[in-house]
Amino acid sequence: MPNTDSALRCKDLVKRYGDTVAVAGLDLDVRRGECLGMLGPNGAGKTTTVEIFEGLRVPDSGLVEVLGEPWHGDGLALRARLGIQLQETKFSDKMRVSEVVVLFRSFYPRGLDVADVLALVGLEEKAAAHVRTLSGGQKQRLSLACALIGDPEVLFLDEPTTGLDPQSRHQTWEIVEGLKARGRTVLLTTHYMEEAARLCDRVSVVDYGKVIALGTPRELIASLGAEHVIEFAIGEQPQAAGLHSLLSALPSVEGVAHDGVHWRLTVREVHRAVPALLAALAERGAEPMHLATHHATLEDVFMSLTGRRLRDG
Amino acid sequence: MARRSATYKVRGPLTELTLARIRELIREPEALFWVFVFPILLTAILGLAFRSRPPEALPVAVVEGPLADARLAALAKEPDLKPDTLTEEEARQALARGRVVLVVSGGETPMYSYDPTQPESRAARLAVDAALQRAAGRVDAFSAGSAQVTEPGSRYVDFLVPGLLGMNLMGTGMWGIGFSLVVARNGNLLKRLVAAPVRKSHLLGAQLTSRLIFLIPEAGALLLFAWVALGVPFRGSLILLAAVSLLGALSFSGLGLLAAARPRTIEGVSGVMNLVMVPMWIFSGIFFSTERFPAKIQPFVQALPLTALNDALRGVMLQGTGLVALLPELAVLAVWGIISFLLALKFFRWQ
Repeated sequence: MPNTDSALRCKDLVKRYGDTVAVAGLDLDVRRGECLGMLGPNGAGKTTTVEIFEGLRVPDSGLVEVLGEPWHGDGLALRARLGIQLQETKFSDKMRVSEVVVLFRSFYPRGLDVADVLALVGLEEKAAAHVRTLSGGQKQRLSLACALIGDPEVLFLDEPTTGLDPQSRHQTWEIVEGLKARGRTVLLTTHYMEEAARLCDRVSVVDYGKVIALGTPRELIASLGAEHVIEFAIGEQPQAAGLHSLLSALPSVEGVAHDGVHWRLTVREVHRAVPALLAALAERGAEPMHLATHHATLEDVFMSLTGRRLRDG
Repeated sequence: MARRSATYKVRGPLTELTLARIRELIREPEALFWVFVFPILLTAILGLAFRSRPPEALPVAVVEGPLADARLAALAKEPDLKPDTLTEEEARQALARGRVVLVVSGGETPMYSYDPTQPESRAARLAVDAALQRAAGRVDAFSAGSAQVTEPGSRYVDFLVPGLLGMNLMGTGMWGIGFSLVVARNGNLLKRLVAAPVRKSHLLGAQLTSRLIFLIPEAGALLLFAWVALGVPFRGSLILLAAVSLLGALSFSGLGLLAAARPRTIEGVSGVMNLVMVPMWIFSGIFFSTERFPAKIQPFVQALPLTALNDALRGVMLQGTGLVALLPELAVLAVWGIISFLLALKFFRWQ
């Protein structure tokens, strides 16, 4: 099979739950061997899209292809080629770690060695431990082991690090990076922009059930037109519209966003923009508070596209 | 890191799923208690409480008066009677509270006060009258010999054991299947399993298989205890008894599957389980015979699967009933099992 094939493809995907439209005409094309991240706030439709790809949900309309095939029947042959990590899976507390992995290994006609996978996710020391005794991060890695045991061609990771402490998060990232190095196709959902930036070859920014931007993390950030962001708030609000055009005209400023409290300027050069900004505000008699600058991130991309933050939607 | 990693044996999916279910159960001490220990404990306690006792002497009262001492002496000779002298007021109260079953009062001609609806009172009436007549000079025409016969299998505990076995088969069948499925659904495990290349028939088949494997020690322990410790008789074929238990377990597994087909939470499935099981605890003749219910509701009582199971178990164990005579009960069980299984498959929520 040629390398140019899509591993996953969907077009005009729509899924409603009652009156709520979870996925509203979503297009996605995941190439073989790439790690594609779906970045978006909670409720953006990421999980629904992934579960449609996983054959767990049936879309109301639209085309879905997994490894070049549509879902039909029980899809057992197709399932054997996929590795799936759901957002949260509670394995039976009374089972031992190795028993859970052996159970999942028994489902796959071909796959990896149980001991190898336990080593891969760093659980070999815990092989004989009961699931109940595992930490949150270890449980998440057990779930990853079950996703990997069938040696899948495509791996689905739905928010693999949500709720984990930073150390467990980094451990998970290292495992995923190891998988990428072996050329696995990965579809990952996350609302952590650091995670998307670190792991994904391409990122699709998803909001209200649609892809609103797609590209490499670098391309997306470059689309802001500037590499730096200045954030600040003003105590008593002067007329916002007037301020908006004033700020846009400042030297080196490429974009201005305002969420009611905070102002965000995307700028090419901080050292040119900040003095001009302070001078302009002083002229209006406004005192900037919480003034901060940082390198532009995917979060800024999301904010410039939607006017909202990723985390608190 | 030079340590050779362990190798793990991987069996077929149905075997591994069944093993997983069995491990869950045997690693849960509470479950083991309810499945194995509780029915034996209940049998032992109820067997003790309702054990057959040697007939006790009947307590009767003699009202104080000039003839009281003579009457007391006459009655005291009777081994079946336990007479006592009381004032008229005391005697009335003792009779009302059931502390005595008959009161003797009156002058030369005795007067018996008793409740004729109580068999013990009627027995006391005959014994007291005979004793006083004899003391007054009546001569018995003959003294009959008597042979006391206690029939094994007619005690309360003999009635109880098949009922408790049926109750246990219902409880473990429904809870064993329903609880684990709802826990798996609630924790997304069911969804994760469905996402894997595993047949749904294997997922449900493993539940049934592990249920049937557990049936052997579960029914075995209760019946062995009943036979060894309580002398409960086994009059019929043991193979038929095993077959009836198997069919009962399967039928209730189907009901358990149906009860667990939709609920997402333990609270939800508990409600459904109780709705199904409580009527059968009452109506299906576990602790007392279904014949006590009026004829009007008998069609309902007899249609319940636990009634059919209990009747069949009692038939095999206590009366040695054969397969042909049990066919109606077995048919009731089979119909319940098949219909509930098919409905469960139709409505099952996999996620």
